[in-house]
Amino acid sequence: MSSTAIPPTSIESQWSLPYKGHVGMACLIAAESAIFTIFVVAYIFYIGKSLSGPTPREVLHLPIFATVCLLSSSLTIHAAVGALRKSNLSAFCLWWFLTLTLGAIFLFETGREWQRLIYHEGLTISTNLFGTTYYSLVGLHAFHVTVGLIGLFTVLLLTLLGKVQQEHSRNVDVFAMYWHFVDVVWIVVFTVVYIIGR
Amino acid sequence: MSSESIALTAVREPSRPLGDALYSWVTTVDHKRLGILYILYAILFLVIGGIEASVMRLQLIVPHNHFVSPQTFNRMFTMHGTTMVFFVAMPVLFGFGNYLIPLMIGARDMAFPRLNAWSFWLTAFGGLLLYFSFVGGNGLYGAGSAPDVGWFAYAPLTAKTFSVGHSTDFWTLGLLVSGFGSIGAAVNFVATIVCLRCPGMSLGKMPLLVWLNLVMGAMVLLVISPLTAAQVMLSLDRFLGAHFFDTQAGGSAVLWMHFFWIFGHPEVYVLVIPAFAFVSEIIPVFSRKPIFGYPVMVAATVCIGFVSFGVWAHHMFTIGMNSYANSFFVITTMVVGVPTGIKIFNWLGTMWGGKLQFKTPMLFCIGFLFQFLVAGLTGIMLAAAPFDWQLGNSYFVVAHFHYVIVGGILFGLFAAFYYWFPKMSGHLYNEKLGTLHFWLFVIGFHLTFDFMHIPGILGMPRRIYTYEPGRGWDLWNFIVTIGVFFQAVAILIFVGNLLYSMFKGKLAGNDPWDGWTLEWSTSSPPPEYNFARIPVVRSRRPLWDLKHPEDPDWKYE
Repeated sequence: MSSTAIPPTSIESQWSLPYKGHVGMACLIAAESAIFTIFVVAYIFYIGKSLSGPTPREVLHLPIFATVCLLSSSLTIHAAVGALRKSNLSAFCLWWFLTLTLGAIFLFETGREWQRLIYHEGLTISTNLFGTTYYSLVGLHAFHVTVGLIGLFTVLLLTLLGKVQQEHSRNVDVFAMYWHFVDVVWIVVFTVVYIIGR
Repeated sequence: MSSESIALTAVREPSRPLGDALYSWVTTVDHKRLGILYILYAILFLVIGGIEASVMRLQLIVPHNHFVSPQTFNRMFTMHGTTMVFFVAMPVLFGFGNYLIPLMIGARDMAFPRLNAWSFWLTAFGGLLLYFSFVGGNGLYGAGSAPDVGWFAYAPLTAKTFSVGHSTDFWTLGLLVSGFGSIGAAVNFVATIVCLRCPGMSLGKMPLLVWLNLVMGAMVLLVISPLTAAQVMLSLDRFLGAHFFDTQAGGSAVLWMHFFWIFGHPEVYVLVIPAFAFVSEIIPVFSRKPIFGYPVMVAATVCIGFVSFGVWAHHMFTIGMNSYANSFFVITTMVVGVPTGIKIFNWLGTMWGGKLQFKTPMLFCIGFLFQFLVAGLTGIMLAAAPFDWQLGNSYFVVAHFHYVIVGGILFGLFAAFYYWFPKMSGHLYNEKLGTLHFWLFVIGFHLTFDFMHIPGILGMPRRIYTYEPGRGWDLWNFIVTIGVFFQAVAILIFVGNLLYSMFKGKLAGNDPWDGWTLEWSTSSPPPEYNFARIPVVRSRRPLWDLKHPEDPDWKYE
C-alpha cells in the first residue's frame, strides 16, 4: 500500500543519517566513560586517606614505556583503518598486527608492575585505600585492554583467513573507536594515578 | 472523516506445533516479539512485587501483628523495591519502547536486533538470579535468604561482616547482570532513533514518544553505569577485601550513598519519561487535537534529563552535609520541577478546546495528570531540606514516591496497555471492564496512598515491621491496607480483560482510535517486516496527512 501523501523523491534521495555502528559505539563509550568516572572519583576522593601501608610516592614508578606503546597503538590502528579503506590488505594486516603487539606489550608491562607491587612492595587490593583504588582503577582499564586485544586478535585471524575486505572498513573503524577510547582512558588514569595522586 | 477500521481481518500466522512456536519466541530478534516478552516478564514480576507489598501491608494492618517475622519483613521491602524498579518498571518501559519505536519511525526493526535479544535475556536472567536467592541464598554456611538490606543496599550494612552469607551478593550480581541488559537496550534505542528514521522524519517531526525515548535511552547510558561501578566496588569489598566502603580502613559509607543516588535519582526520571511519552501520544488522539507546544515539550524533557543529574543528594539531606551542599541540592531539586510543570500545562493545553473521548486510555491519562501533579507537589515539599529533616525516612516519603510511581507511571502504563493492546493483539479489549478497572484502581490507589501521608506526618518511620498502638497510626495503616484489596481486584480484572480479549475480543483493524502516527498504518498485529515500503513523511502526523490530503499538516508546520 502506498504510504506517502505526495511522492517527494527529493526527500528520499537526500535522506542520509549517521551510520548506526558509529552511533552505537559512541553510546557504549559514553556508558563506559561513566563507569570509569566513578572509579576515578573514588580514586581522587581517597588520595591521602589511607590509614597505613605503602603510599603511591613510595612504590609507583612512571610506566613510560608501557604508555608509549599503548598510545602508539592508536596511531597504528588509525593507519590500519586507512589502509583497509584504500583496499591495501597487506598494509592493513601489518598495521593491525603492530597494534595488537603494542597492546599486548602494555598489558604485559602492567602485569610486571603488579607483580613487583604485590610481591616486593606488599601492596594488594586489601592492603589499604590506595591499594583498593589503584588495583580497581588500573585493573578496570586493563580489563578493557584485554577485551580489546581479544577483538584485535579475532580480526587478525579473520584477516589471515581472507575474510576481511574493503567493504568492512566501516565495521573495523567502529572497533577502532573502542581502541581509541581505551587509550584516552589510559591518559586520564595515568594523569590521576601517576601524576596527581603521587 | 471515517474512523472505521481499514482491514477487518486480523493477521494470523498458521498455527504450528507448540515446540516450534516456543523455539521461535526464545530465539526471536524481532523487536515486536522482544517487546512483548519484556512486557509479559514485567507483568509477571508486577504480580510478584504486588504480593510482596501485600505481605508488608498485612503485617502492618494492625499494631503488634505477627503475620511475618521481622527478618521476612526486611526481605519483603528489599525485594519489593528492587523488583518493582528493576524487573517491572525498566522491562515494561523497554518493552513498549522496543515495540513502538521502529513502527513509529517507519523502520523495519531496531538498529541491532541481536543486541536487542541479548539485552532482554540478560535482564530476564538477572531477575531470576535475584529471585534464586529465596531458594539458594543459604550458601555454604547456612546464612541468608533473599537480600534484606533495602533496595538501596546502604553500606556498611552490606559489608561481609554485617551481611553474612550471600543474600547481598544475589542483589549485587542480579542487578549487575540486568544492568548490562539495560545498557544494551539503551544503546539500541539511541542508535535506532538517530540512524533509522524514515525519509522526511527529521528530529523535529518524530512523534513525542520517540523523542522522549531518545532522552530516556541517553540517560540510561549515564545512569546505570554509576550503579554498575558501585556494585563492582561492593563486590570487591565483599569478595577481595577491598575497602571502598569500609570505615575501619578509612573508607566512607557515605560514598556508597553518593554513588547509589547518582544512579537512583536520574533513574526515577528514566522511569517517568516514558510514562510522559505515553501520555503525550494518547491525550492528543482522545482530544482530537495535536499536542500543544511540541518544541517546548521536547526542550522541557531534555532539560529534565540534564537537571536530574544534579539533584541526587536530596536523598541525603539527613546525613549531615554542610549547608552549602544542602542548599545547592534544594535549589536544583526545585528547579527540576519547572520543566515538569511546563509539561503538565501543555497536556492540559492539548485537552483545552478539544473534543474529549473518555475511553479507558484517556481515563488513565487524566488520572495520571492529577496524581502526578500532586506527587510533584509533595516532592517539592520534600525538596525543602528542613521539611525533609522532619519527614525523611518516614511514610510521607513512601507516599510521595508511590504517588509518582503508581499514580503517575503505572497509570500511564495502563493507558499505554489499553491504547496499544489492539495494535499488538489485533483485538479490542472490553471497554466496560476497562472502565471498571480504572475506577476500582483509583479508589484503591487513593485509599492507600492518600492516607499514607498521614502516618508519615505523625512520625511513622519507614521499614519498621510493626508499631506501637495508640500513636495515632492505627486507623491510617488499616485504611492503607484496605486499599490494597481494591487494587488487587482491579489488577485481576485488567489481566482477565486482556487475556479474554486476546482470544475473544472484537477485531480491531489497523486504526481503531483514528490515530496519526505510523504504527496505525500497519495491520494489527503488524507483519514481521512492519512496512512493505518504507514510508516517507512530511509532517508530525503522517496519517493525518494521508487521511486529509486537502488539509495536510505540513502546510502549517
